[in-house]
Amino acid sequence: MNNTRRTVIKTTSALGTLVALGLVTQQQAMAAVDRAAFDVKSIADAIKAIGGTAANSDQVSVVSPDIAENGAVVPVGATSNIPNTTEIYLLVEKNPTPLAAGFIVPAGTEASVQTRLKMGQSTNVVAVVKADGKLFSATKETKVTLGGCGG
Amino acid sequence: MADPMRIRANNKDGVTEVRVLMSHPMESGVRKDASGALVPAKYITDLDATHNGKTVLKAMFSGAVSQNPFLSFKFKGGAKGEKVAVKWVDNKGESRTDEATIA
Repeated sequence: MNNTRRTVIKTTSALGTLVALGLVTQQQAMAAVDRAAFDVKSIADAIKAIGGTAANSDQVSVVSPDIAENGAVVPVGATSNIPNTTEIYLLVEKNPTPLAAGFIVPAGTEASVQTRLKMGQSTNVVAVVKADGKLFSATKETKVTLGGCGG
Repeated sequence: MADPMRIRANNKDGVTEVRVLMSHPMESGVRKDASGALVPAKYITDLDATHNGKTVLKAMFSGAVSQNPFLSFKFKGGAKGEKVAVKWVDNKGESRTDEATIA
């Protein structure tokens, strides 16, 4: 417990100092994850940057097509039925930087988001959610055919 | 100046569904143009959706989000006639705020 308290105080005062110095905007200070996580090149490191390791959960689902005809615009969504889900992340395993988007879900908002992502090639799409500080994930494979007919 | 966002907010059984279509090139910075030069990165980095001043969703985007980003989510509450506002900021510091009335 002491360790956590020290970490919290350290982080809060560090962020607070940064905000005071104007280096980090108030909005960024409230951000879910450090923007550096978006530059990480491997999916395992990206999940580590989000907060450690994610346990596979059937309460989390990834919605993405089995086959995407246009890798530039692939509808991807994630839903979490885990109570107290506060953050949702969408990762595209084979992208050069897998972390594609992150969402902060305040109380009262459903833990369900949909957007459209770019995928360079057939890949696993992973949704990682944070609930009560723990990470859970689900994976779905999406095949990408660039141009041409599907299948 | 970017084109306005298209925002649709519908309330049904106490849950408001919001769909947003933003107008933005979302250049990841790794694409090359016809002459082989890298197209500089220009993409929305942060998004904030509010209802009656309260944040209902915050998002962090990367260049891997498709051009003209689409976003859909739902939150409890909201009544017809109230407003939902969406603001985005991109990596160049440009921003845009639009709002819609809940139908």
